[in-house]
Amino acid sequence: MNAFFQASFLPLHAVLVSFLAVPAILLASRRPNLREGISLFAALAKFALVLALLGSVLDGNRPVLELLEIAPGISLSLAVDPLGIFFALVASGLWILTTVYSIGYMRGNREGRQTRYYASFALSLSATIGIAFSANLLTFLLFYELLTLATYPLVVHKESPAAIRAGRMYLAYALTAGLLFLAGTIWLQTRAGTGTFTAGGFIPEGLFSSWELTTLFLLFMVGVGVKAGIMPLHSWLPAAMVAPTPVSALLHAVAVVKSGAFGVLRVTGFVFGPETMREHGLDLLLASFAGATILLASIIALKQDDLKKRLAFSTVGHLSYIVMGAALASTAAFTGSILHLSAHALMKITLFFCAGAIYVHAHKTRVSELDGLGRSMPWTFGAFAIGSLGLAGIPPVNGFISKWWLASGSLESGEAVVLGIFLLSGLLNAGYFFPIVIRGFFHAPAQAEEGTHAHPSSEASPWMVVPLCLTAALAVVFGIMPDFPLPFFDLARQIAESVTLSGPGLLLPSG
Amino acid sequence: MIGEHLPIIVILTYCLAALLMPVAGLLHRKAPSILALIAGGGALVFSLMTLWKTLTEGAFSYSVGAWPPPVGIELIADPLSAFFLVVITLISTLVLFHAHFSDGAESGQQSISYYACVMLMLGGFSGIIGTADLFNLFVFLELSALAGYGLLGTGSGRAAHSAFRYLILGTVGASFYLFGLGFLYAETGSLNMGDLALILDATGMQTTARIAFVFIIIGISLKMALLPLHQWLPDVYTDAPAMSTALVAPIGTKVAVYALIRLMYDVFPSGPGDWAFPVHSILAFAGAAGIIWGSVMAIPQTNLKRMLAYSSVAQIGYIALGIGLATPFGYIGAVLHVFNHAIMKACLFLFSARLEKTGLGIRIDKLTPATRLRLPVSTACFVLAAISMIGLPPTAGFFSKWYLILGSYESGNWFYVVIILASSLLNAVYFFRIIERVYLGDTDEGSPKPVRVRLTRRNLALVTLALSILVAGLFNVWIVKSLIEPMVPAF
Repeated sequence: MNAFFQASFLPLHAVLVSFLAVPAILLASRRPNLREGISLFAALAKFALVLALLGSVLDGNRPVLELLEIAPGISLSLAVDPLGIFFALVASGLWILTTVYSIGYMRGNREGRQTRYYASFALSLSATIGIAFSANLLTFLLFYELLTLATYPLVVHKESPAAIRAGRMYLAYALTAGLLFLAGTIWLQTRAGTGTFTAGGFIPEGLFSSWELTTLFLLFMVGVGVKAGIMPLHSWLPAAMVAPTPVSALLHAVAVVKSGAFGVLRVTGFVFGPETMREHGLDLLLASFAGATILLASIIALKQDDLKKRLAFSTVGHLSYIVMGAALASTAAFTGSILHLSAHALMKITLFFCAGAIYVHAHKTRVSELDGLGRSMPWTFGAFAIGSLGLAGIPPVNGFISKWWLASGSLESGEAVVLGIFLLSGLLNAGYFFPIVIRGFFHAPAQAEEGTHAHPSSEASPWMVVPLCLTAALAVVFGIMPDFPLPFFDLARQIAESVTLSGPGLLLPSG
Repeated sequence: MIGEHLPIIVILTYCLAALLMPVAGLLHRKAPSILALIAGGGALVFSLMTLWKTLTEGAFSYSVGAWPPPVGIELIADPLSAFFLVVITLISTLVLFHAHFSDGAESGQQSISYYACVMLMLGGFSGIIGTADLFNLFVFLELSALAGYGLLGTGSGRAAHSAFRYLILGTVGASFYLFGLGFLYAETGSLNMGDLALILDATGMQTTARIAFVFIIIGISLKMALLPLHQWLPDVYTDAPAMSTALVAPIGTKVAVYALIRLMYDVFPSGPGDWAFPVHSILAFAGAAGIIWGSVMAIPQTNLKRMLAYSSVAQIGYIALGIGLATPFGYIGAVLHVFNHAIMKACLFLFSARLEKTGLGIRIDKLTPATRLRLPVSTACFVLAAISMIGLPPTAGFFSKWYLILGSYESGNWFYVVIILASSLLNAVYFFRIIERVYLGDTDEGSPKPVRVRLTRRNLALVTLALSILVAGLFNVWIVKSLIEPMVPAF
């Protein structure tokens, strides 16, 4: 039993801490303050554990923890590599802010079923960290499916017909994806004898014929692409916007969709490897889907009047930035791709926080209703402006840095078209975000009509405003100093080099 | 000392309990169910001992009355039979536990005959598994079937009607089996399994033996409710009393599965040259068709028990598919799924028994959030079992599927991989329909106050089963390596 408390079990602790919070949250259902306290405590503990692991990873260690043999020759194992710790940092760090924000949002909005909400949230975070630390395909799949199940109650939270429809759609997409991923896993596992993620890929040349490799790639890509919102697999994401805004903020901008994007990085960088992809034209296949998604999603976002829907389509577009970087798989592009994982997380969570604050405080959900609202909610709209600037790729927000690396990566691979796509998408981003800021600050408020709410005269509750200002501030801080206070750039560079500079992985007999 | 007698002790425990039932009934109103529970627990212990002995010392046989085979009746205990014996005794004991502490539907005079039937049926089941003689197997098959008709036919008038239908069809199945035995005996002059295997191996499969085999397989398939011989099953499971369904559904068809595995792999030669037609492929195809048909039919059902019954048809399909794949992983998947499905189905049917007992009813459109508030723990168990039926990791159901897909892959059958994956989605459709109903939506005014979430003797069996689903999933490798691999034949 003592072994359980040793440092080598840290990865498991990081996964389990929020899992153990679930029963505590359920038991505290009649005492909201205690319940939210537990959530907050679990979030802080989780972040602390991830930070402890970060130190070890930066020292060059790669903690691996084999728990048990879950299928013949395959162990349920957690391994902490730079990519995993990177994602875990983003998800667990933002969970703290989201918990604070949730308290403001859920209470301000007098939402029901809050116990289920907090419990599912904690479970989702366990699954997310599990995904980040998965050492092999089966472990990844296990947490990936757990994430689907844990987030389902959050999607249907409102229990309105629209929410239930969205929930069904989400399950249909996510479960199908999981099954295709399973088919791919079994195929690869039996043929290659291993499923352990290896930087640079582990599929030896000649093991699969070209068309088999393409099929396998498609199985995996549909598997992770649903959560990553690659078109045409994205429809669940805008529909899932019926969920409460903190859910959209953390899950549909950070945890769930980024698990998909993280999966894309894992599959391209750690299963197939850049060389194999390039040789069989898989990079082009993925890049064309990603490119189309970036442009289409941005164009669709332009005409969305519902604020959250607009954010959702913007998310779909930005996720494909990450996918594009993974497809190009040059060192610079991969670096940019990983950086965009954290940059987009910070910026988009800010925007969702703002949308939620506007909804709870001013009861507005449509872009066309926001005229002049910035004057009464300056902090919220200020943060929104920062997030918008960043997503359009304007310095000094961190979106600029990731975009810079993605753009130079596309030049490095000689894909000028991709560079064009990034630039055009930047313009489109400005096109659908800036009007919101302009309306908020510079348009005169419309006269309140019968049955609509007049603009409030003050800011929203500090429970919401403080987190959203913090995320906006962090986006700027990381835009100016990419390695402070957390070494995101350093990590991203390390990962990209490990993936692109190592040759095709040797066939390892271990599971 | 007791060790060598173990094969017969399990059978005798049940039969003795059946005989003592009237005496127990005179003692106390509750005595029959207590006696049944004690006998079940005893049988479980004995079957675990049998399993232990076969794993440590290897297979052993027992000659009834010390008459040596092939003249006398031989019982055998090997890894295969011991595993099935443990599954049957374990699940039935849990269900009996639930029956005693939660249901108590049968009391007084009625409970004597009810529990006597239960004991006779379980005695029959363990006899089928224990025997090494094909005619003896028929006797036990009829014993369990007759007791089973009694169990399934009590209760409403509809139950009697569908049990009668089952009786007719079941008798047809048994006759097919008996018919086949006649041919076989005429051809070989023996009905002892080991003896038969040697003779058939020496002579090869002649036409008579092939005809015998076809008759026997059809008879067993009917008992097992393999598509297209499944029609009796949904009616019977739906109309029977809750406890009878919960008792029969998880294990009843599994006994026929055991007979099928025993015959196909141990008695009849299974080389490809022995057959004029692809027996295994036909079986696998029937299994695949059953998977899809059962899952599709489960979707529009309005009655929970009927839905679960159709789902059983699909799950039998998984097992038949695994047996028919004729690869090590297919075989492992089939046997593992026998165990996993028994746990899951027991859990699901015990939930429906709870619904009936508490008067909430089993009509799906009557399931509301109020159901969950009345039975919070049982509903949670149902959800876990449902997730396992859909096959999401790390539940047991996922790993049955894992091995079956490995088996399909091993034999190069991509088609079956697609079938297995598609059925997962169909399962998700009909289970999430219920989960949505029970968890989502507003509770009406005047709905019952939420019951406190706690473990009671009424839901203990359900919770045990639900947790076993997780344990069986996480430790599937142990089950496969130490329990199933010793029984896998050479392919």
